[in-house]
Amino acid sequence: MDNKKSLLETIEPDIIKEMTARREPLEKARAMTGALGTAIVSFGALAGTAFGQDNKLPGKIADVLNFALTLEYLEDEFYRTALGSSGLIPRDTQDVFGQISKHEAAHVALLKSVLGSKAVAKPNFDFTAGGAFGDVFRNYQTFLAVSQAFEDTGVRAYKGQAGNLKNNAKILTVALQIHSVEARHAAEVRRLRGEKGWITADSRGTLPAPTQPVYSGEGNTTQGGVNLSGLAGLSNAAITEAFDEPLTKEQVLAIAGLFIRK
Amino acid sequence: MNKVFKSDDEKADFNENESRSSTRRNFLKWSSAAALTAFAFGALNPESLSARTAFLGLPIEPIRQGAVDLGKGDIGILNYAYALEQLEAAFYTQVVSTPYSGMNSAERQILTDIRDHEIAHRELFKTALGKKAIPGLQVNFTSINFGNRASVLGTAKTFEDLGVSAYNGAGQLLKKVDYLLLAGKIVSVEARHAAVIRDLLEPMSPAFSGDDVTDSQTGLDMAKMPSEVLAAAAPFIRTPVTANNLPKPKN
Repeated sequence: MDNKKSLLETIEPDIIKEMTARREPLEKARAMTGALGTAIVSFGALAGTAFGQDNKLPGKIADVLNFALTLEYLEDEFYRTALGSSGLIPRDTQDVFGQISKHEAAHVALLKSVLGSKAVAKPNFDFTAGGAFGDVFRNYQTFLAVSQAFEDTGVRAYKGQAGNLKNNAKILTVALQIHSVEARHAAEVRRLRGEKGWITADSRGTLPAPTQPVYSGEGNTTQGGVNLSGLAGLSNAAITEAFDEPLTKEQVLAIAGLFIRK
Repeated sequence: MNKVFKSDDEKADFNENESRSSTRRNFLKWSSAAALTAFAFGALNPESLSARTAFLGLPIEPIRQGAVDLGKGDIGILNYAYALEQLEAAFYTQVVSTPYSGMNSAERQILTDIRDHEIAHRELFKTALGKKAIPGLQVNFTSINFGNRASVLGTAKTFEDLGVSAYNGAGQLLKKVDYLLLAGKIVSVEARHAAVIRDLLEPMSPAFSGDDVTDSQTGLDMAKMPSEVLAAAAPFIRTPVTANNLPKPKN
């Protein structure tokens, strides 16, 4: 019980303010505050048995969680801004992006709750990436393109960190549970863009060239030491689609860094 | 043959797995009804059995008198994944070969892609596990109406969500970091499948990552332990499978 309380107390008030200041009507916002409380308690219970308090969080795990938090900050602010940009998201996909936004906000809250005072501050973002996506909040197609790049990057980023969380079963599991949600998001956004839900070879499809680092390395056909080319008569396209590949922290930060103001 | 699956520190796993088919005494009936059905079919209906294995494209296994045990340690978890991938691959193989009425070309492409992905997963585990692999399992799809879109896509949704929760839950049970990465490479593709199938059922809605699978308060997908997953899969698998020796979650 003490663990939960101490974790609750580490939550910065402004995250709760952020959560409740969302676009939802007042009733929904009120429900959200309650929901946030539950979320924190449940993750507090998870993390509490592992560490008790954030100051006991091993440095290596805190580094991974802060890396994840940075990406979640990016996604959370991105969708919140988009949903608040009138005329950007067509009515028929408002629910889709509302759902994604809800998850990203929850991920931010979760990671902050476990990191407590070790949580990094939210960077200042530039979602135009220095002008490369200048109309990201005015042009739905540009917004979708950046969204797809963020989601596919998120999947690869979490995958790349799983091994670093191996010594903590509970935190590893939570990271995996976020990872698969990012993959669900990625598939949905890809389909809204007319792409397949999965990544074929290392193709960025119809995304612009600056997004290529999001997909480089996805063309791998050797898994678990087994070269799968030609196995069971499958095409290389199918084999590469069947496995998503990790990115290192450095590779991810090089991509995300384009959207962070220096 | 390959470095990941042939390291010396797993020889113990190999040897202890040799006795996996003789564990009937400890047979945990994760679905007693399915287990009884399996034995009945195995004993009485070899014809349909061989038809089924031929259909699966797997080597025809001799009828086993005992249950198939998944084994222990990492190998047990990989066999657990192999069992689930066998189930999914068999399902989509039939879906594509006997399309439901009204299947459009976009749906056919999606279901064919997914079939190929599941076959890739199955073949990877089979090849990589080599002699440690469990045999091909016989499936039981009698509850599925393959001519009906809702039945097929509803079952696909069940299988994909189950697969996601299974890999999410099993990650912590794996010792070797290479296996954890491999599971990670597969689970996100299963999650993509789940989202696409869900979108076919409920287009342009939050269903792709709906509140029934993604907790609306934490934003977390499901994670399930093997006992729970196998119980859910049991009605679709004829071959009795035991999982008594799998690693247990840490507390």
